[in-house]
Amino acid sequence: MILSCRDICKSFGGIRAIDGCSFAVEEKKITAIIGPNGSGKTTMFNVISRLVDPDSGSIEFKGQDVTGLKDYELARQGISRTFQDVKLFQNLTIMEHLQIAMSDSDEKLLASIIKGGRVTPERVQEVMDLVGLDKPHGTNATDLSYGQRKLLDLAIAIAKPHSLLMLDEPVAGVNPRLRESIKKTLRELNGRGESILLIEHDMNFVMDLVDHIFVMDAGKVIAEGTPAEVQNNPRVLEAYLGN
Amino acid sequence: MIISAYQTHIFVLIFIYIILAVSLNLALGYTGLLNLGHVAFFGIGAYTSALLAIEGMPYLAAMISAGLFASIFGYLLVRATDKLKGDYLAMATLGFSFVVYSLLLNLRDITRGAMGIPGIPKPSIMGLAIRSNDQYLIFVVVVCTISVYLMYRTVNSPFGKLLEANRDNALSLRVLGKNTFVLKYKAMMISAFFAGISGSLYAHYITFIDPTSFYISELILILTIVIVGGLASIRGSIAATVVIIYVPEILRTLDLPGSVLGPVRQALYAVILIAILMIRPRGIFGKVDLE
Repeated sequence: MILSCRDICKSFGGIRAIDGCSFAVEEKKITAIIGPNGSGKTTMFNVISRLVDPDSGSIEFKGQDVTGLKDYELARQGISRTFQDVKLFQNLTIMEHLQIAMSDSDEKLLASIIKGGRVTPERVQEVMDLVGLDKPHGTNATDLSYGQRKLLDLAIAIAKPHSLLMLDEPVAGVNPRLRESIKKTLRELNGRGESILLIEHDMNFVMDLVDHIFVMDAGKVIAEGTPAEVQNNPRVLEAYLGN
Repeated sequence: MIISAYQTHIFVLIFIYIILAVSLNLALGYTGLLNLGHVAFFGIGAYTSALLAIEGMPYLAAMISAGLFASIFGYLLVRATDKLKGDYLAMATLGFSFVVYSLLLNLRDITRGAMGIPGIPKPSIMGLAIRSNDQYLIFVVVVCTISVYLMYRTVNSPFGKLLEANRDNALSLRVLGKNTFVLKYKAMMISAFFAGISGSLYAHYITFIDPTSFYISELILILTIVIVGGLASIRGSIAATVVIIYVPEILRTLDLPGSVLGPVRQALYAVILIAILMIRPRGIFGKVDLE
């Protein structure tokens, strides 16, 4: 298992967003977390990536307890993630975004000034080709359409050195053609041995792509299994459709 | 020299303020730190350099010490305000300016308080004494060129791009594995270092400093320069320094009484600032919006 979460609890005031959630993500598989709105999926993502501290429970990544790490320390361990709402650097270009994502030594001031950037345009182009982002490298993030920004967001997550890719609603708000393109990219990445954990509301996308699904409702994992198993689970139908 | 003594004086001030403005832009425009404590670094540099030189330290060592001492305060300021953003950071750093002003005023045994420090020696570099204003202008041009070049290299390096990314979206930067606290303190230390250097140049040029030289009016002047020139633009800060420092001197040709000249100059700064914000909200060469 590349990622294991055990008995995670998180409350905001009187609201219990995650209530004793446990699950494990297998290496080299595509895993999805699904569930109705407000079921705690994004909070779970934020807990895993250390943006939110859990009230209790533990997280293991690549066999090591990472519960006490800071967000950037965990990212350095190899977790790469996107957000539901695309978060780019609005005054930077595509090239600059991907250079920042790929480099791991830019914080060293003197080395950075003397040696400059070590990320080549060819490497940047390679990632852009992988996600299907066809724009000049110097294009500013604010000059991209929503779909292109979504692709750049995915490209950044892929470009960052990682062992696990966590995608929060990667196809939300994108057109069907782009959705298929993103699906193809994720399949290609998985074919190369990448481990992917995603949250998504588009059931066709999820059922067609992933190997394993965890279903959350009211902060708990209520079901898990292959897409075929989950589709026929009465508890899942109840969570989505009600009694 | 082909320029008058008075013009030489104005040019010396312009080059000192270019270092001060560009260094503020590094923290404010490039890194997104709404730092209203920059004038304190200017003052710390001026006092450090003046006191060390009076004690007999060679000028270059005193100048570098001024920068280093100011940068230590830059680190402490980021450490103390790490959790603050936007208006709260602005208020905390403004408070820092008041605290430093108050210390300069009240640590009389060291700073002589309101009496100020007179007789600050003119620089002498490896036996070469800089006595006249013409010589000082050449010296300050050299220091300004080196300082601005180093800051230019910093903001145009991969490290500089991280500073800009931190300004635009610190959360996204952290999930890419970047330690934004390290970025912020390094940026603030560089910014404070050069503010300290400009303070040293100022103190040894004027040869007298007192706490009022490093108070709110100076802060407003530097902020006006950076906003008029534009955030995240070094050439903007340089152009705006020339405009803001030189244009009010035209008032002298109007033969206004001395009691009126000061307030009119302050009013002119305000008019320039408001006009720029209305016509070009990003300033002359600014790359990012003022939020």
